[in-house]
Amino acid sequence: MKIAFSASGDTLDAQLDARFGRAAKFLIVDSDTNEYGVVDNTQNLNAAQGAGIQSAQHVVSAGAGALVSGHTGPKAFKVLSAAGVEIYLSSAATVRDALEAWKKGELQKIDNADVEGHWI
Amino acid sequence: MKIAVASGKGGTGKTTVSVSLALSVSDPLVLLDCDVEEPNSSIFLGDTTGRQTETVTVPVPVLDESKCTACGECGRFCEFNAIVCVGTSVMVFPELCHSCGGCIRVCPHGALHEEESPVGELSFCTISAGTGSNRALILVEGVLTIGKAMSPPVIRAVKRKGAALAGTLSSENARDVLTIMDSPPGTSCPMTTTVSDADVVILVTEPTPFGLHDLDLAVQTVRKMKLPFGVVINRSDSGDDRVREYCKKESIPLLLEIPEDRRIAEGYSSGIPLVQAAPEYREQFARLARDAAYLAGVVNDGRKHA
Amino acid sequence: MKEIVVISGKGGTGKTSLTAALASAAVKKYRVVFADCDVDASDLHLLFNPDVKETHDFYSSHVARIDQKKCISYGTGTVCKDLCRFEAISYSDAAGMVIDETSCEGCGVCVRFCPAHGIEFPDRYCGQWFVSDTRFGPLVHAALDIGAENSGKLVTTVRTAAKHMAQNGPDGSGPEADYLIVDGSPGTGCPVIASITGCDAVVVVTEPTLSGLHDLERVASLARHFSVPVHVCVNKFDINAEQTRSIIEWCSRNSIPVLGTIPWDRSVTAAQIQGLSIQEYAQKHGAASVADAVNTIWENLCQLTQ
Repeated sequence: MKIAFSASGDTLDAQLDARFGRAAKFLIVDSDTNEYGVVDNTQNLNAAQGAGIQSAQHVVSAGAGALVSGHTGPKAFKVLSAAGVEIYLSSAATVRDALEAWKKGELQKIDNADVEGHWI
Repeated sequence: MKIAVASGKGGTGKTTVSVSLALSVSDPLVLLDCDVEEPNSSIFLGDTTGRQTETVTVPVPVLDESKCTACGECGRFCEFNAIVCVGTSVMVFPELCHSCGGCIRVCPHGALHEEESPVGELSFCTISAGTGSNRALILVEGVLTIGKAMSPPVIRAVKRKGAALAGTLSSENARDVLTIMDSPPGTSCPMTTTVSDADVVILVTEPTPFGLHDLDLAVQTVRKMKLPFGVVINRSDSGDDRVREYCKKESIPLLLEIPEDRRIAEGYSSGIPLVQAAPEYREQFARLARDAAYLAGVVNDGRKHA
Repeated sequence: MKEIVVISGKGGTGKTSLTAALASAAVKKYRVVFADCDVDASDLHLLFNPDVKETHDFYSSHVARIDQKKCISYGTGTVCKDLCRFEAISYSDAAGMVIDETSCEGCGVCVRFCPAHGIEFPDRYCGQWFVSDTRFGPLVHAALDIGAENSGKLVTTVRTAAKHMAQNGPDGSGPEADYLIVDGSPGTGCPVIASITGCDAVVVVTEPTLSGLHDLERVASLARHFSVPVHVCVNKFDINAEQTRSIIEWCSRNSIPVLGTIPWDRSVTAAQIQGLSIQEYAQKHGAASVADAVNTIWENLCQLTQ
């Protein structure tokens, strides 16, 4: 399965970005092979509003079946759920740590947005 | 004629000036409270509990799933991420929608239409005001619902209602009725939406560094919008002279100065209008209205408003 | 690191003066980073006297511009004007079809449907934001361009930069700050929402007037809507003891802690004129009661946010 991680950098050792909507990058990792691709999210930072929605669309178009991030707001949550993407929260420091935690089933899957929207 | 009362800085006395003008002018008039995030003018106008109300709505897109092919055109077009195509479904986020109508037009299958979504409320009533005359004052107040973010649609609704009700005051020409618009603070969209069709703007300030800094921003804004304007300094003896010097240097008409006055401050805190706490000011506000009208006429030379 | 945002609901209650006072008190013991999120009328820099280290241009959304060389309308056949929901497009014989950039909301409808493909859609320049050194600590602040839209995006940009600095130090490797103190905006719309979501505590500065209480109720409701803890302080409390009591009772009924009350004092304006915090002014000139009041507010806030 492909899993998306919000990240501040380009490799598995990059910091896991606690924010989803304004994350700089998404790493789309194949959970069987650990191979991954990088989706750049920086042009999303130009959006005046609804950044979480745009980020959610990137994750969906990349074919991810699950997302791991620090927090997910209500609009992003709606979009991801509509596409059937499972959402997990992690406070791990790096993408690699979060990936290992996911594989071990240690991460909390959420049924609702865990933070209020930022509006922006 | 339309007078807008604005400022850069909050709390300088816009509502005080708007209400004072409304209570000092002898002609029938319409007072619009366009500070829809925090409307306060009704506090100073006595019993306004019998107001009529109307919901303010904005059009937002609604999907007809039977016609939708999930082509994604709507989502690609929307600049505000208010409509998104995800997988086989289209989601609308009405709180982000600017009601531009674009997605409805770009949909190749006619799968979108607009429906009204509530964002705030208008309330209005007629108050008998003025000294013994049957002069009517119509108040229109707009309120943005808590949690909704965009004021301009509610402000526009207040102005449309004001124009409609002005028609009931004058048998000849609604444009002859005086309309006073109490504007929100600041210089961004809520303020510019309010003052955009004013014949003249009164900028209220205070003689402090914050007052001066924000007055300069407001002056640049009304100049950019090519609106005639003048300045009123409230609590005029409470700070320093820099605002007066600024007005002189910029050739800005200084229309009125109101010194700090305990009667006025105490009255304000209890909802008593300035011209009731300090009746000698009625004359000055009547003159302010005439001066504002003069400013509107002098610079306008033939420019027409709808 | 705790993030505290100072807001007011009503403008002019003393939010910015209190932010500087909290700064003065906080930095005696703590490492603090500051943000001025009142980007529409930002005044905090007048007290902080910043030494600007970084300047960033700020772009948000787009603005539509008609290329007159491509325009085929001569006042008739005005597709763009007919489609525009924001009354931003007008025609004159002198200038042709013109888009008013202040009214343009950047929706892109005219751009898409112009039959001559003659409308450009560049990124909209909205202003600048800055990272500065100040005597209290690093300050992130901004200046929104005249008439620019204030969607909250610039607020978010400032806040995000300040938060990053507070968490990671000015060069990314430094120690975490203890507090991030944010000067917010008046009102309840987009910029305020963008200032407060996700923070640790909101401090509402109010005044003992009917308007002050009315606006406090609205802004407290907004903070609740976004699940943010609210605290209140009453400024100029002695101008109306009865109203102060009403506010304190209201807070009590709604389980909102009152951090303190500040007496009305000319020294607050005098401090502003000299570009000093209340405590800095009091050190030079006396007025200890006001300085004590704001220090107490800080102490109480500190305890509640440990």
